[in-house]
Amino acid sequence: MTVSLIAAQFLSGLTTAMFLFLIASGLSLVFGVMRVLNFAHGSFYMIGAYMTWQVMQWLQPAGASFWLAALAAGATVALLGGVVERLLLRHLYGQEELYQLLFTYALVLILGDAAKYIWGTGQLSVHRPPVLDGGFHLLGTTLPFYNLFIMLVGPAIAIGGGLLLSRSSAGRLLRAAAYDREMLGALGGNVGMLYTGMFVVSSFLAGLAGALITPIVSVVPGMDVQVIVQAFIVVVIGGLGSFWGTFWGAVIYGLTLSFGILAFPEFSLFSVFALMAVVLMVRPWGLFGRPIR
Amino acid sequence: MSIQLSRPPAARPPASRPPAGPPLARPALPAIRRVPWTLLVFLLLLPLPWIGSRYNTFLGTEIVIDALFAVSLNLLLGTTGLVSFGHVAYFGIGAYVCGILMKTYGVSFAIAFPAAGLGAAAFSVVFGYFCVRLTKIYFAMLTLAFSQIIWAVCFKWNAVTGGDQGIADVPFPNMHWMAAIPGAEQLSENGRFYLLTLTLVALSVAAIGQITRSPFGRMLTAIRDNRERAAFIGLNVRAYELAVFVVAGGFAGLSGALYGIFTRGVFPDYVFWPKSAEVMIMTILGGMSFFWGPPVGALVLVWLNQEITNYTQYWPFVLGTMLLVLLFALPGGVLGGIARLAGALQRRVARRDA
Amino acid sequence: MLEIHGLHKSFAGFRAVNDVSLTVESRQIVAVIGPNGAGKSTFFNLITGHLRPDGGRVVLGGRDITGLPPHRICGLGMGRSFQLTNIFPRLTVLQNVQAALLAHRKRGRDFWSRSELLFRDDAEALLRSIGLAAVAGAIAGTLAYGNQKQLELGIALASDPSVLLLDEPTAGMSAGETHETISLLQRIAEERSLTLLFTEHDMAVVFRVAQKIAVLYQGRKLAEGPPEAVRANPEVRRVYLGEHA
Repeated sequence: MTVSLIAAQFLSGLTTAMFLFLIASGLSLVFGVMRVLNFAHGSFYMIGAYMTWQVMQWLQPAGASFWLAALAAGATVALLGGVVERLLLRHLYGQEELYQLLFTYALVLILGDAAKYIWGTGQLSVHRPPVLDGGFHLLGTTLPFYNLFIMLVGPAIAIGGGLLLSRSSAGRLLRAAAYDREMLGALGGNVGMLYTGMFVVSSFLAGLAGALITPIVSVVPGMDVQVIVQAFIVVVIGGLGSFWGTFWGAVIYGLTLSFGILAFPEFSLFSVFALMAVVLMVRPWGLFGRPIR
Repeated sequence: MSIQLSRPPAARPPASRPPAGPPLARPALPAIRRVPWTLLVFLLLLPLPWIGSRYNTFLGTEIVIDALFAVSLNLLLGTTGLVSFGHVAYFGIGAYVCGILMKTYGVSFAIAFPAAGLGAAAFSVVFGYFCVRLTKIYFAMLTLAFSQIIWAVCFKWNAVTGGDQGIADVPFPNMHWMAAIPGAEQLSENGRFYLLTLTLVALSVAAIGQITRSPFGRMLTAIRDNRERAAFIGLNVRAYELAVFVVAGGFAGLSGALYGIFTRGVFPDYVFWPKSAEVMIMTILGGMSFFWGPPVGALVLVWLNQEITNYTQYWPFVLGTMLLVLLFALPGGVLGGIARLAGALQRRVARRDA
Repeated sequence: MLEIHGLHKSFAGFRAVNDVSLTVESRQIVAVIGPNGAGKSTFFNLITGHLRPDGGRVVLGGRDITGLPPHRICGLGMGRSFQLTNIFPRLTVLQNVQAALLAHRKRGRDFWSRSELLFRDDAEALLRSIGLAAVAGAIAGTLAYGNQKQLELGIALASDPSVLLLDEPTAGMSAGETHETISLLQRIAEERSLTLLFTEHDMAVVFRVAQKIAVLYQGRKLAEGPPEAVRANPEVRRVYLGEHA
């Protein structure tokens, strides 16, 4: 157990964590405000990844610009989210929560196959933006600049998002909505626009996360399902609906996974679900969530 | 038939009751409820191996097994209002228990089958105990977590479960005794297995039906409608939820056992969460507020799956679209739609007669 | 019949119920009144087991029921109606009452009978006594508000309680409906020798029906006594009744 090994696992875990935080934050926010657990969040992430690859293909002759592609991907997914919410999801709000969940699952099925149809089943890859190529040595291990970038973007969004929620009027509305939807509507707050906006922002985050992962991970079918499960675990640990909870939940999850694989390579699959189960049994509202009756 | 009101021990003067009037003008049991539906369906489906093709028998077996799985889920979903995302755990456990016993240890079906149900029930007691302490989304997520723990164990425990390869070549049960049944000696093994499955499933469905109709079942629907009120008519809500969780788990285990034999193998896929989604869609497709909704849903879904996958690989897309249509246009499922149609027709006839 | 001793409950430092004691004699009709936020609902929830008291005792018929879960307390002879109508919306009116009867008579473990056939006569008799016989076959969720409240009462009565707690039984009712409800309650209480404890905002109802009134204010019991004494109590007048008295 050398320092460099520990350092390597730590950094790898942190990268995973920050990246999962980016994804899970949108999931958690939507649940906190709208009480909808969006299974399709992973699909949005996947579309973001595919779109990034696609835009870079289109831009190829002109000289690839990763950042442009990433933003375009985020915007596309945000648009997709807005359309989905406005046209479809909103009609299910009055109904049983189960129907809303099944709706998002239907989206998973549809978007998954749509991606397969458009982009095929092969692995696609995207090159790192040249400005972030290479890495540096730290504690006996190499940290790629790109990973460092991810590790910084995560907290940046956390701080930005946290400030936005606590300081702005939109944020106040959001927190009010989380407490009492009906009251908010009665007070004249435009709940409809709030929900749409919420969903759009959440989708943007998912799409952006998908875009940013492409230099590290290949874009393949199945990445939607693989990430949503992890996002679920993160929000359960942190507390459904809590922004900071998601942050720390991601950190715990990332590091547990990273060091867990080291200690028990056979049990990594088992341990993440076990972690989720333990949290739900002992403290179902997670670290930062509100205790539920 | 007059029943004395029971009285608590403290002496109180007997309450004066208003004179008994005529019974409220409604039959206690409307005609539609008196029909022995399970028996009818059983008799209807019985001739399949003789009159249908091998393919149809095959399909029929799968539908019947899935119907039991879905009916067991609906005990939780439609009857008690418990949304479980992890029901597949018990299906898978049943499949593995039966498969392992029959293949690895050569145990006969007659023992392996009930063992599968009991094994699944045992796990559902343990898991259920923790799950019923939670409600709504948290309950759902814990059921999911437990089911995926089972999946992970099945996936990794090569020695016992065969790991990601699963257990292949699960044998058919010994069905030579069926030659004694008139007309059955000419049937293939598939045909006989269909008959065996149909019988076992019919018995199970009948049992679940009786449970649903019983006072216990009435307590469950009360819990579904209003948990708080149910506690304040004297029900220990958690105990009831745990009880139905175990019953549902046990029957799911039985359906899993049959499935493992049907597919001649048991694989970790059987415990993977998309299968939970599949059975839930089946249940809602047919109509979760109807007892026969889930079997209808199983019929439609399995048949559709077969037909569509013959033409295209994009079955998930079709399933997703169908689910959307269901949620927006037909929330009561197929039977719900039929009920609405029947109601509308009835009103139209009544108006014409008036 | 029902003794409450020094009940306390705090939520995150806020004392919702503060050292409240009350004795209700057998067959008495007692009202608990107080402005909004006085702690009436919390008080009821503490008695019926929906909340655990931080301190104090509740004794029903000589038996300590403090901290017992609601279903046990119900089984010991306490019935309750809720402020927000709490019925089984997808069951029919008859099935609502049948369910309560089945639960009370401990038939929940019966897997063999058909639930619709059990205790039908008793359920119908009960519905007749509260005036809901005409809608026995209707789905409870489709009933008018007033009928739902009647059904709520019916469900509570089906558990054959000796003490009945009613949380604002005439809330949201017109004058006519209130009159009918109160007459019904008085008749039922008489027929079944019930002890009644209820909260109310409608002072006319309170003074017409209650034999004893307890006044809660900011979690404490401000006054207790026969209606006239309470009405004349200067503290109560100042805090609650204001110019209505």
